[in-house]
Amino acid sequence: MMLTGTARRNTEASLLVISLVIAVGGYWLASLARTPTLPAGIALYGAIYGAIYAAAHFAVRKLAPRADSILLPIGLMLNAVGFVLIYRLEIPTDNRGLAAAQTQWLIVAIAAFIGVLWFVKDVRSLARYRYTFAFAGVVLLLLPMLPLIGREVNGARLWIRLGPLSFQPSELGKIALVLFFAGYLSERRELLAVATRKIGPIGVPALRHFGPVAAAWAVSLVVMINQKDLGSSLLFFAIFIAMLWMATGRPIYLISGIAMFAVGAFIATQLFSHVQGRLLVWRDPFAYINERGYQVVQSLFAFATGGAWGTGLGLGRPDLIRFSVHTDFIFSSLGEELGLVGGAAVLTAYALFAAKGFGIATRCRDDFSRLLAAGLTFAISFQTVLIVGGVTNLIPLTGVTMPFMSYGGSSLLSNFIAIALMLRISDEVARAGGEAPPTELNLAAGGGR
Amino acid sequence: MNKQIRLVAFTMLVLFGVVLANLSWLQLVRAEELANHPSNTRLLLKEYALERGAIRSVNGDTLAISEPTPNSELKSIRRYPRAELFAHLTGYYSIRYGRERLERSYNEELTGEGGVVTMQDLGDRLLGKGQKGDTLVLSIDTSVQQAADNALAGRKGAIVALDPTNGQILAMVSRPSFDPNLLSQHSAQAQQDVWVRLNGDEENRPLVHRAARATYPPGSTFKVITAAAALENGMGPDTSYPASNAYQPAQTNRVIRNFGGGTCGGDMRAALRVSCNTYFSRLGAELPAGALEETAANFGFTETPPLDISAVASRMPDAEDLRSPAFRALSSIGQYSVAATPLQMALVAAGIANDGRVPVPKLVKQIEDARGAVVSQSNPEVWKEAVSASTAETIKEMMVDVAANGTARAASLPGVEVAAKTGTAQTGESGDDSIAWTIAFAPADSPRIAVAVMVEGSGPGSDETGGRVASPMVRQVLQAHRAVAGW
Repeated sequence: MMLTGTARRNTEASLLVISLVIAVGGYWLASLARTPTLPAGIALYGAIYGAIYAAAHFAVRKLAPRADSILLPIGLMLNAVGFVLIYRLEIPTDNRGLAAAQTQWLIVAIAAFIGVLWFVKDVRSLARYRYTFAFAGVVLLLLPMLPLIGREVNGARLWIRLGPLSFQPSELGKIALVLFFAGYLSERRELLAVATRKIGPIGVPALRHFGPVAAAWAVSLVVMINQKDLGSSLLFFAIFIAMLWMATGRPIYLISGIAMFAVGAFIATQLFSHVQGRLLVWRDPFAYINERGYQVVQSLFAFATGGAWGTGLGLGRPDLIRFSVHTDFIFSSLGEELGLVGGAAVLTAYALFAAKGFGIATRCRDDFSRLLAAGLTFAISFQTVLIVGGVTNLIPLTGVTMPFMSYGGSSLLSNFIAIALMLRISDEVARAGGEAPPTELNLAAGGGR
Repeated sequence: MNKQIRLVAFTMLVLFGVVLANLSWLQLVRAEELANHPSNTRLLLKEYALERGAIRSVNGDTLAISEPTPNSELKSIRRYPRAELFAHLTGYYSIRYGRERLERSYNEELTGEGGVVTMQDLGDRLLGKGQKGDTLVLSIDTSVQQAADNALAGRKGAIVALDPTNGQILAMVSRPSFDPNLLSQHSAQAQQDVWVRLNGDEENRPLVHRAARATYPPGSTFKVITAAAALENGMGPDTSYPASNAYQPAQTNRVIRNFGGGTCGGDMRAALRVSCNTYFSRLGAELPAGALEETAANFGFTETPPLDISAVASRMPDAEDLRSPAFRALSSIGQYSVAATPLQMALVAAGIANDGRVPVPKLVKQIEDARGAVVSQSNPEVWKEAVSASTAETIKEMMVDVAANGTARAASLPGVEVAAKTGTAQTGESGDDSIAWTIAFAPADSPRIAVAVMVEGSGPGSDETGGRVASPMVRQVLQAHRAVAGW
């Protein structure tokens, strides 16, 4: 039994070595495009990343030895790719020190990751604090509205500034709210699932059970209207509806959620120019090529110029996308310089992360863990689809970060906390389920609940 | 609950699939269109960032070079130190109007995209030293080009000179010209202003490359082809017609007269010496059907010359029209709808000079890489087997006579035999304007240079003949080349 845990940890260690090669090799390649010499800081960077990876790995080995082996390497590998792109964008975007800052944030994020594994020995214990999380989540989501500390960046008020530190609190709010939903829904799911009436073939619960849906809708509307943060608003509402449906299995919640979203979106496009603008740009970005469509068009140009194989690291001009190229538009940089090949590889990594995360959820023994794992996985995956769809103009652009890859402390912090929670859950699953390797049989047994 | 989670998981994977499909469509299907979108400056910035190769004359003068502009978004600017003198050959390098002439036809070599990629190139690229383009070396000596340009000073016209043995261009001038520096500025607006001004100049049409891209009635220079057609079709140089001052072809009331109303005739040599219209129109009319257009085609008419910058084909009348003796007679003296580029007429002279073989004309003599090593060299090629060597020899002797004793005396040089033929084509609505021509080559016994000079008339009644206007220009070019090449 211990062997299983050790085998998983060894897998994780090998994957982390590959990730380290990507971080250091990519750093070197990006630097080669500028100067022929070996970059001065490369040994230092290699040592720091090696140390970060080792710390994360040995913490898992010690604190959650039987946890899943690929979630952490995927997160760190995506982070390594993002780091290389951020480093590469430092000079053309006049953002010197950005890569170093990202490394510092990674250290903070991994410290938080280890802290979560250390303090949270039993993930179910978190269910008790569900209303604390609810309060924290809503506060974090609405924090940028406060005067003095709230800041508007690029037209959206989703940042706060405390002294020298800028922070996007909605990222952490996302985790807090998933924790709250998991706690609330695991407690109330049976109540919420009882159908008292029927509309056609669809069972409809009592009207008062739609209260939480309405509340979530209201909060997301406030976020969208007051903070002009379409991304967080949509993400938050989608997480809630998805988790509500996963918990209850009542299609009516899904239908009413989508209907309310549609109504909200329609009203918003009628009333708010920033929402309308996003929609117009989405329909024909080239009509607004020199104004609000500039970034989307430049992003499309970046992907197109990159083509199948990309221009090569450091050899494209992703800086033409201008601001937020290292945050929301980092996937466009990747598409230009590493091509469809690189983009497909990264998307596959996210898909693998999603498959793994939902897989863990289905094997949980309790509702809270199950909903938490599924909710966190959904949040990260859906956010990825939102931003990749946005920068490729498949859907209107909603400014959210690319999980693990984008520059930003709050984003890294929340996503690695999410991984820590998932690892804790998967460790518990492995302990409770005896032998760890998931088989079809295990899945079928888990599905019986 | 797991059922729903699996459904959500499945939906999420489908969403990833959709996103990936859209990404593939964007980066594979739409890639080309968007990469070359006029508002996408990426490829342009990349091209300006690499070190574009220079263009040099054979004597080492820089004709085009990229200079770094470190403080600008575009990392280099294209400069043309000789500006107008080589503008029609170098072309320009414009953000708004693209590339023209050598900048266009040798773009791959100049950017370093084409040709051989050596291990050293790969090493340089890997080490980020940047891509360096190849240098074009033209076969033109600046002094010959300058002499041709000086000869044309103040006139509209063109001069083309080439080495008849290998086709290397020795001078190619078109006047008026323009300053390619102005079309290669960084500011697209400034480029546009210049462009609008140059295009709006209907009077001078400075952007037209008269040497290779404009056609003119060749007038009596075409008699060389008529004579060649006769000789190739069994009519000897002794073919004689009685002296006459007018010729009326069959089935027409149109009368062809000699220049200045003169009387002439005799054999072919005598007729060519004085450029006898009545003789050559009758000779043309009596040629077998199809012979004239066949010989013209053998010299390259109706086909675009394979010059290494853009050129146009010279024209012959429709075969249908040429069946009429009247049209054949008019065409035989280079009137009616015969139209030739100065390049084509220089190639006619070169064909006679080169024993009947018309060479492929080439501007670029060799291509060197950034380190000065020769990457490729132009090889002599024959474009057309125009006439037999004996026909060429016969015509050569007659053309020597024209330069020595006939209408092209102004083209002759002391101490060396020059072969030449003049032409004066009537143009304008009422035929009162003219185009003056002279084609020539020298030295006659072992030719080193073939020339065509074309000068547009300066207006009605100017009374400008090829012999008076164009022949002295031929001499200036021959002298300049003689000074450089030492023949």
